[in-house]
Amino acid sequence: MKGMGGPAPSRFDSALGWTAAPSSTVIRLVIAAVLLAVFGVPFLTVVSSAFSHTSDPTQLAVLPTDPTLDNFRAAGEWRLFTYLRNSLIIAGGGLLLQMTASVLAGYALSRRKFRGQALVMLLFLITMMLPEEVIAVPLSIVLGDLPLLGINLKGTVLAIILPVGIWGFSIMVMTEFMRDIPEEICEAARLDGLSEIGVLGRIVLPMCKPALGVITIFGFIMIWNQYLLPLIASDGPGSYTITVAIALLRDDPSGSTGLLAAGSVLALAPSLIVYLLLQSSLVRGITAGAGK
Amino acid sequence: MWLLLTPALLLAVMFKFIPLAEGIYYSFHKVTPYLGNTWVGLDNYAKVLGSSGFIDALGHTVILAGVQTAGSVIGGLLLALMLEGSSLGLWLTRTVVVLPVVTATAVIGEIWRIIYFPDADGFLNTILAWFHLGPFPFLDSPRTALISVAAVGIWAGAPYNMVIFLAGLAGIDRNLYEAAAVDGAGRWRRLWSIVIPSLRSSMVIVLTLAAIRALGIFTEVYVLTGGGPANSTTTWMTQVYTQGFDRSDVGVASAASILLLATTLTLTIIVRWLTARRSES
Repeated sequence: MKGMGGPAPSRFDSALGWTAAPSSTVIRLVIAAVLLAVFGVPFLTVVSSAFSHTSDPTQLAVLPTDPTLDNFRAAGEWRLFTYLRNSLIIAGGGLLLQMTASVLAGYALSRRKFRGQALVMLLFLITMMLPEEVIAVPLSIVLGDLPLLGINLKGTVLAIILPVGIWGFSIMVMTEFMRDIPEEICEAARLDGLSEIGVLGRIVLPMCKPALGVITIFGFIMIWNQYLLPLIASDGPGSYTITVAIALLRDDPSGSTGLLAAGSVLALAPSLIVYLLLQSSLVRGITAGAGK
Repeated sequence: MWLLLTPALLLAVMFKFIPLAEGIYYSFHKVTPYLGNTWVGLDNYAKVLGSSGFIDALGHTVILAGVQTAGSVIGGLLLALMLEGSSLGLWLTRTVVVLPVVTATAVIGEIWRIIYFPDADGFLNTILAWFHLGPFPFLDSPRTALISVAAVGIWAGAPYNMVIFLAGLAGIDRNLYEAAAVDGAGRWRRLWSIVIPSLRSSMVIVLTLAAIRALGIFTEVYVLTGGGPANSTTTWMTQVYTQGFDRSDVGVASAASILLLATTLTLTIIVRWLTARRSES
């Protein structure tokens, strides 16, 4: 297990001065085992319980006993797959909208100097710092009766997709990243007869892959993490997202722990997949967000 | 140019700034559906500050924010120190430890509700029984509920802080360690004199983020306890939710939201001011 990632650590490699000596290795292995237990076992038990045939409603299984898909079948009867579909549509649509808005805005903010630029930056910065909870009450009224348009979005996926489409963090990441792309490259492309949108789509965007990775994973986590918004944007349990809907399972006396575990696994799986695919972007994003 | 900014600005105005402006407007009005709103000045604010529900919630929020911030910052630092390194085993452990960061808060809440099951049969109580502890009621008793909620917050928050601290640790010049060793500095000395001072800027960032997150805490509490038992875990935001959606008192709920916003902003500005001053010196 040790040492596969490179040369043996010297005692100047880490703050605590770990070495490759056996005693040091053993201590580290013990620490790693404890941490795996503390952070991994809760997830492991929920996954195994979801696949276990548990008669006892309170028991969790560390390893699956008597493997079964019954819990997921029961989850299907609870329409959990419909809620999951709601969530996936919202995550996909919201992410697409957020990326489009952020790429366009980031391009505008990074390429040109114009009047009011500082103000626009400030507005986007505010959307990042404004705690979502603060505007929950008026937002629920706005969603029920869109200003000027008078449209009621409640109960539709748009009621969640549109508000999560704007996030200052994504715009900041795009702007900062695009600033480092040399203007000469764009200028050359324009001379070759490419339109402004062409320059953005064909030249700038392909160079932005690391930044796109960051906003994909953070945008996804942010949207999937929404709880208050789906709660206030729905017009009843029918339009819930899966994160909100699993609460329905536990409030029902006939629901078992296995069923709740299956629901949690369904709500967990997509973020897990996105995380494993874009792990390196996560670290980059947390440190980029922290620098703001 | 403005065309490129249109989608983002439109969304921001529609779903952030109009609600914000309305929230400020409602906070000064008595809101009655279909009958119109009447200006009541600071009455809603007085109601918030005079209501025992909000005063209790303020206490819980401050305790939660304090315990959770301290716990997740110290926990994050310990995690970062222990998991620093490049071996595959450490990388795998880090991957698992970061899982709570990517898991939706509501799902974390549901998982911990199962783990916290208050019977002797419950998962955590079974483990504690091996050490002849418990069984504890965790979320079911007013005496243990708040601390149980805080524990979940620490569990979920520490890994996030760990990532920031790891980045900070990676930025420390390795020659300093070597020089310290030459001077005869031991492990503790090195931690105290080199590592902790070098992490100061990460520390400021982590503290601000954690405190702001803890002040607005809603989902964890709402999923774990719903504010119960006996209101022992109501926080500022769950109180706003009850006020605004269950009792439909939009004016009072808005006033409470604006107070939360003002607190968060003040906190951010103070920290920014402190960090800006330090980086100048």
